[in-house]
Amino acid sequence: MSATIHFTIDGVEVTGKAGQTILQAASEAGIYIPRLCAHKDLTPHGSCRVCTVMVNGRPQAACTQPVSDGAIVENETAEIKELRRNLVEMLFVEGNHYCMFCEKSGNCELQALAYRLGIQAPRYPYFFPQRALDATHPDIFIDHNRCILCGRCVRASKELDGKNVFQFIGRGAHKRVGFNAPDGLGHTDAAVSDRFVSICPVGAILKKRVGYAIPVGQRLFDKRPIGSEIEARRAKGK
Amino acid sequence: MKQEDKTLIQDICARFNRDRTRMMDVLIEAQRALGYLSSDVIDAIAEALAIARVEVESAASFYAFFSQKPRGKFVIRLCNDIIDKLKGVDRVASALREQLGIDFGQTTDDDLFSLEWTSCIGMCDQAPAALINDKIVTRLSSDSIREIVRSLKEHGDFSKLKLALGSGNNSHPLVRSVVDNNLLQRGAVIFAPSEPSQALGKALAMSPTEVIRSIKTSRLRGRGGAGFPTGMKWEFARNATGDARYVLCNADEGEPGTFKDRVILTEAADLMFEGMTIAGYAIGSEQGILYLRGEYAYLRAFLEDVLAQRRSKGLLGDNVGGKAGFNFDIRIQLGAGAYICGEETALISSCEGLRGDPKTRPPFPAQKGYLDMPSIVNNVETFCCVTRILDKGAGWFAAIGTTGSAGTKLFSVSGDCERPGVYELAFGVTLAELLKIVGAEDAIAVQVGGASGRMVNPSEYGKKLCFDELATGGSIMVFGPGRDVIKVARAFMEFFCEESCGYCTPCRVGNRLLKQGLERFIRGMAEPSDIEYLEQLGKTVKTMSRCGLGQTSANPVLSTLQSFRSEYERRVVKNTSGLQPSFDIVKALRDSETIVKRKSVHVGH
Repeated sequence: MSATIHFTIDGVEVTGKAGQTILQAASEAGIYIPRLCAHKDLTPHGSCRVCTVMVNGRPQAACTQPVSDGAIVENETAEIKELRRNLVEMLFVEGNHYCMFCEKSGNCELQALAYRLGIQAPRYPYFFPQRALDATHPDIFIDHNRCILCGRCVRASKELDGKNVFQFIGRGAHKRVGFNAPDGLGHTDAAVSDRFVSICPVGAILKKRVGYAIPVGQRLFDKRPIGSEIEARRAKGK
Repeated sequence: MKQEDKTLIQDICARFNRDRTRMMDVLIEAQRALGYLSSDVIDAIAEALAIARVEVESAASFYAFFSQKPRGKFVIRLCNDIIDKLKGVDRVASALREQLGIDFGQTTDDDLFSLEWTSCIGMCDQAPAALINDKIVTRLSSDSIREIVRSLKEHGDFSKLKLALGSGNNSHPLVRSVVDNNLLQRGAVIFAPSEPSQALGKALAMSPTEVIRSIKTSRLRGRGGAGFPTGMKWEFARNATGDARYVLCNADEGEPGTFKDRVILTEAADLMFEGMTIAGYAIGSEQGILYLRGEYAYLRAFLEDVLAQRRSKGLLGDNVGGKAGFNFDIRIQLGAGAYICGEETALISSCEGLRGDPKTRPPFPAQKGYLDMPSIVNNVETFCCVTRILDKGAGWFAAIGTTGSAGTKLFSVSGDCERPGVYELAFGVTLAELLKIVGAEDAIAVQVGGASGRMVNPSEYGKKLCFDELATGGSIMVFGPGRDVIKVARAFMEFFCEESCGYCTPCRVGNRLLKQGLERFIRGMAEPSDIEYLEQLGKTVKTMSRCGLGQTSANPVLSTLQSFRSEYERRVVKNTSGLQPSFDIVKALRDSETIVKRKSVHVGH
């Protein structure tokens, strides 16, 4: 599986390996494709759809689509950027995202992506759902209000922690992350040292008693937009 | 939990070899035995299958027919699709509410009845219709439902209801259903009068590759709606590497307004099973699965009997049809109320005992499908075509219909027409011709292809029904003078909001926003910019969604915006006052009054 694949992203020649996804090859080449549910250490999920690119004119999720020789991939066209903005706005109105006092502010990938995509405020009406909190675990706090159903915690618990703490429950608008115990996370074998805790892109999974530890100005996305670390590879001429 | 209940769960799991991929069967049986899937039941299943409880709950909570709360002895699920609405389902609902003293989503205090709404149950030609547990009642009126409820209260036995049995096999001892076939026109392929089929024998005399070549020559395309060439799909599966291969038949006929597979399952099940067997031979499979939607559970015993007869005739089992080494059998997998399971990869997920989430593509099912093995998923009608093609020849089949769309098509016609029912016509018939046949020449709009299809206005009635012009998996819903196409579109969006699996953002959120947007037009609160708003939103859902459901779910809005744009334009409120028409000040006040628990003194309303 080491065959080399050549294709272009927005006209830039990119080299990938057979079996890689477009997202992986792009990241290695220093091209940032926005994403939320995808994470380098996890199996691709393809649910947020933010990484959608046009592959030979057809929309495909870059996180699940394999690289193919000669493919013409469009990533940063005005059309795609607009469609991505719409998706991120949808995630904002679907839940209750109170950035101004969320502990994750400044380190939140949803918020950072909104800034990068130039979203001032969603144009869609807010749903204002009623969602539950779960504080049954001594060290971990779950706030479903801020959950974007990306499934990173579900996969991280299985793939990285070797446990089975989470799974999706319900369907459609009623879909939510459920725990492997009827009485809450505190009754599962979840531990604060588990990878799922830090892998949440938003403020839905938080460590207790460590909030607001990093001063404003020093947080992950305070100085550079999300994706900069990937683009830096290209600047360095990787 | 009582020990005897626990033992019962263990027995159920043991019957399915404690195989977690048989989760659907385990949940169905457990619910049948214990009434609902309590937290204890979920724990017991998890223990017996040796998996995490959250995995069990995940599957159980996905399907509409599974309940985690206690329910009445009789669960009445009233079908709320658009055709049932046109035919007066609201009056039936009112009668039920009044007689039972409960609303939908509730159970009577005596634990006898629960009321629920359900999406299209495949009875649009005899609407309004409902499921009472797994039995069907049709052509309901407020009077007839009152009588049914009264009798059930009296004797508590569905089989004692005085209901006239339906036509054909609907009155078979193993079916005994009120459903009518309404098969109003037989065509040359599926319902042609013919001698016993020679198809399987002819297929077994050929090599598997020759069978596939024959299907390719016939130019057969999938009848589910997407129209993928069947022979090519089979070839992919045959050539893919895997220790086993599977033949899956999609009888999850959930597209609103479609009911033709119901008639095939009732009257031509042998034809379908024979087609599946031929497919098994062609791709090198030993196992077929008929995925039967939960709404059609009333046909299960009958279909099991058809399978049993085929086994006893040597048409299933070892050395099928006397062909040494060709072993093939079919099992029925019952669904439990999820439209998404008609999407082929979601159907596979469900067969594997998982939530009915579509899978990531690639890989495609032909490479990695059921249990990660090469699999084909074809529609009920497609398998019937296969049988006829092998029996009568690829050339014979290809000569029927049009160049791009060979053969006949079953159309399920419902709504404002004189003769709703199933019609088998050659591809290429125009919509106008079909409307004449069914007695609906005054139609102001026709929804072709169900909720995921498109709304057609009279200027397009001259178009042909085929894959390249007006494509449909069979659903034709007719709307006569006086019907409001925007309200029809809203009903379809309600359907998609209910049936979206929720996996991806655009479908889960976007469809709710589309429905809200239509609401503004219906309530006279839309601004001129709302037309573009809907178009942009629709485009986002269509382009960004993960599977076929999401990619087509904006069609009710996008196609009415295209074909009935003036309906939107005439409802737009011209903004002369400088106020935002979409802002409902009366509602906003009412909300704030509720929160602060007092009336506003400044504004009268």
